[in-house]
Amino acid sequence: MTSRDESRASVSGESTANGGTTPAAGKDGPAWADGLKQLYDDVVEEPLPDAFKDLLAQLDDTDDGDTAAGRSGAGS
Amino acid sequence: MTDKPPPPKRTAAQKTDFKRELTEVVPHLRAFARGLCGRPDMADDLVQETMLKAWAAQDRFEPGTSMRAWTFVILRNAYLTDMRRNRFRGEYDEGVAERILTAPAGQEEPIHLSDMHRALLTLPPERREALLLVGAGGFSYEEAAEICGCAVGTIKSRVGRARATLNAMLAEGNIPQRSVEDATAHRAILQELDDVAAGKGITAAKP
Repeated sequence: MTSRDESRASVSGESTANGGTTPAAGKDGPAWADGLKQLYDDVVEEPLPDAFKDLLAQLDDTDDGDTAAGRSGAGS
Repeated sequence: MTDKPPPPKRTAAQKTDFKRELTEVVPHLRAFARGLCGRPDMADDLVQETMLKAWAAQDRFEPGTSMRAWTFVILRNAYLTDMRRNRFRGEYDEGVAERILTAPAGQEEPIHLSDMHRALLTLPPERREALLLVGAGGFSYEEAAEICGCAVGTIKSRVGRARATLNAMLAEGNIPQRSVEDATAHRAILQELDDVAAGKGITAAKP
């Protein structure tokens, strides 16, 4: 865990060394803060369109090791 | 830098795990993409592009780390690339146009979700992205900084500016129409995109 913390600190760079601040996400914020969350959550809750299910299924098909990239397309 | 050994090939079980985790984050990818580029169809294209890139790069995913953060890096990089090719023009989702966000007691006017969305899309991309990650996606400042490849202080400042802008816009009902249609604004946005893209996010996720 410590190595992970270190890498995290190095990413955050020179400015801060505080480990775990959590943003006050709209607790007592303006009304639009809830709207922002709602815009996001509404999409998360949407049923997944078929196109995505198809794509996920296709990932399995192309999944046969290092030649996968060469055999895309509409064969067989 | 070339002496780093390539990541080991994934076993079938690891691929199954990867796919399950990828499947789980797809709704979040869609939500993030929708917030970034506005148009649902384009957002979904972006998500599909992201899924393919993530799948192709899965050897670089570190099991046990956040799939959501890892794929968000791929998505934002794809988005920035597309933005620079001018594929997205900040159009907003008409689908939310008629919906009203109910105002809490004491609020004199209801805020329309469509206004919210349009205001969001007028923000400079790096502020919009920061606000989406923290204010909607629920990431900590630290996680958002890692996704965007910048300092925590930078993220805090971007979120703060984004909030201030939205406060001003939504309080005064003064939401500009797509500023990207203005040539000067467009150039400024492209410049900002270059700056944002300079922080490349988590390097491991770079395709």
